[in-house]
Amino acid sequence: MTVLELSRWQFGITTVYHFIFVPLTLSLSYLVAIMQTLWRVKKDDVYLRMTKFFGKIFLINFAVGVVTGIVQEFQFGMNWSDYSRFVGNVFGAPLAMEALLTFFLESTFIGLWVFGWNKLPPRLHLATIWLTAIGTSLSAFFILAANSWMQHPVGYRVDPATHRVVLTSIWAVLTNSTVLAAWPHVLFAAFMVAGAVLIAAGAWHLARGSGSKVFRRAMRLGLTVTLVAGIGAAVTGDVQARLMDSQQPMKMAAAEALYNTSADASFSLFTIGSLNGSKELWSIRVPYLLSLIATLNPHGTVQGINNVERAYDKKYGPGSYKPVIPVTYWSFRLMAGLGSLAALLAAIGLWLTRRGRAPRSRWFYRAALWGLPLPYLGIAMGWIFTEMGRQPWTVFGLLTTAKSVSPGVTASSVIISMTVFTLLYAALAGIAWWLTVRHVKAGAPAEAGQPGAPEPLPAFQY
Amino acid sequence: MNLATFWFILIAILWAGYFVLEGFDFGVGILLPFVGRDDAERRVMINTIGPVWDGNEVWLLTAGGATFAAFPLWYASLFSGFYLALLLILAALIVRGVCFEFRSKVDSPRWRANWDRAIFAGSALPALLWGVAFANIVRGVPLNAAHVYTGNLLTLLNWYGLLGGLVTLSLFTLHGANFLSLRTSGELRRRARRAATSAALAAIPLAAVFLAVTQYSHGKPATDITAALAAVALIGGAAAAARGREGWAFAGTAVTMVLAVATLFGDLYPNVLPSSTSAAYSLTVNNASSAHYTLVVMSWVAIIFTPVVLGYQGWTYWVFRKRLTSSDIPAVGQASKTAEPAGGRP
Repeated sequence: MTVLELSRWQFGITTVYHFIFVPLTLSLSYLVAIMQTLWRVKKDDVYLRMTKFFGKIFLINFAVGVVTGIVQEFQFGMNWSDYSRFVGNVFGAPLAMEALLTFFLESTFIGLWVFGWNKLPPRLHLATIWLTAIGTSLSAFFILAANSWMQHPVGYRVDPATHRVVLTSIWAVLTNSTVLAAWPHVLFAAFMVAGAVLIAAGAWHLARGSGSKVFRRAMRLGLTVTLVAGIGAAVTGDVQARLMDSQQPMKMAAAEALYNTSADASFSLFTIGSLNGSKELWSIRVPYLLSLIATLNPHGTVQGINNVERAYDKKYGPGSYKPVIPVTYWSFRLMAGLGSLAALLAAIGLWLTRRGRAPRSRWFYRAALWGLPLPYLGIAMGWIFTEMGRQPWTVFGLLTTAKSVSPGVTASSVIISMTVFTLLYAALAGIAWWLTVRHVKAGAPAEAGQPGAPEPLPAFQY
Repeated sequence: MNLATFWFILIAILWAGYFVLEGFDFGVGILLPFVGRDDAERRVMINTIGPVWDGNEVWLLTAGGATFAAFPLWYASLFSGFYLALLLILAALIVRGVCFEFRSKVDSPRWRANWDRAIFAGSALPALLWGVAFANIVRGVPLNAAHVYTGNLLTLLNWYGLLGGLVTLSLFTLHGANFLSLRTSGELRRRARRAATSAALAAIPLAAVFLAVTQYSHGKPATDITAALAAVALIGGAAAAARGREGWAFAGTAVTMVLAVATLFGDLYPNVLPSSTSAAYSLTVNNASSAHYTLVVMSWVAIIFTPVVLGYQGWTYWVFRKRLTSSDIPAVGQASKTAEPAGGRP
């Protein structure tokens, strides 16, 4: 493999892996903050036990998210130095803002939250988890602003002397329509992960009869969060589809493997056969749906891959401007399908647990546990779709991936780094998973006054 | 002073802050197997840096992000050029970061002993490699006309680079010992003080030789002064440590870090990454920087938010100023003890 292919694989592996942990950090921070707030307001110890129980899951997950995030910031320079040279003027700004405005906030206040239980006045201590949560979502905003600029560059000009981009409006970059749609979409999707974690932990205990109020409430909260977030993700995703149709028509066409421009375009839920534009063997189609998604009009015209390709050949010079169609086609379906399935399961779960009901069916609890991977996989598919769908560009219309890779880095170096990261990350995933499962199985901390009840600890958490 | 120079100074400040802060938590990690005799003592040591190490590491991320935004060409050439060295640092920082979080999640001596070894390695390796990296930046590295690094990992492991590495390794160890003696009490505090003396015996000659060689080859009158003051601060800090003046000792090593970084960046200026191939290929403050508008935007962001960050980070140190001892440790496993059995059908 070439340095380019190796670097792409490494970026894919490290980024998808990093983003296994980020969504739970983004969402569980808020849910833990809400639990702790409810405890303060309602003086109900069940909420304190929920705070402690899910707080620990949050911390195990947060640690892996933080350390794998360092790699993300460094590998632009390490593996994509020509990209960094080209975009630094624009892309570096949101990255530096993310570090200064949000990384300090998250890391400092999470330390105060963990170690400050009996060092800080209760209200101030409560504020630390809220500040951590706000820090994580602001961090997501800045990095998504940077990513959105790659999808839809705004607020720049190309310097004729250096052939590199120069920032002309930071405001345009931070209010890019692409990021304004992507940020809520990512946050909603992230909340589906926290919902699934609450549901799975709750189900594990409720199925064994060891579930107290802690897990009953956690489960109901998880079901509600998953359903609401699922609807939110669908609505924001729908808004993104229209932006994509106007900003990156190739990606929209690739999402459906639509080769020729069509009005009244249908959306296939499933296709058997090759996706190379030759006749498919079999598919299930929803009429007019693609036109509706892309243009809000069932009879609207959606551009096909071949037509966009011809237009790009004229605009950017002869070449191939198609992403890998089977990847975009299937990742798009899996993203939407897995997310919808998770939301549907949550709706059923809410119905079955309404007004204090406790389902006896084993299938209910099995579904709750097996539902855990759904939002995780859906999110991974979403990122694979949006990043692979932008290919062959790193910065749409401005810089190709082939021209982004580091010129001085050898294939052997990248093989070494990819091996190290992959092995290290696999080990971390195994340990984090094992620790989390062990913690979940051990159950929630006991009620106040009981042996083992959570009590304010001195500054010893490690 | 133009904005590019302002950002060069700002990045120097970020690195100085990083070395002062993460320097001591690296030092605590390095001293873990030597100063902590049993698990309880090692827990005390780790908990002295527990609430702050993550915030300290953000100084590195901010230095990286600021370099990307203000000097994209420097960021690109440096990070791609020092590829394998940075890989080692990243791997070490990853392992070390999860160690702190995972170590006390399982109540088993073997589990903890393994994480303790990893904390030592994860602290010592970056402590050494940052010195190697900075010595090479000052010395210059092979860059071609396109500012692309043409050496390999071994190019960086020259005697001057390795000397720089030993300086940061010993300085961070000393700084960590000074921090520990400030934050602990009893036997641990006494042992931390003794460790400071041993570390000082290594750090002082190493730093003196390194600074002398650096100033001989790359020095300027202004940096001769900062280098001399760095040496004075180091010796003063070590003397204070020997006399049990812990606050002064820690301040001494902190000032040493700041002045050493000032010396190296002062020697570097106006270059940011000199080319040893040809001076014409060097990256400088002017040819590596972002355009004016980006620097203006980032300057406003830095001017507004840096004081806020310094305020709350400083406050954290105030909150956790109390000394820790083994007797503060809650009964082992208490934090994770549960009353609800996990039994039931599988």
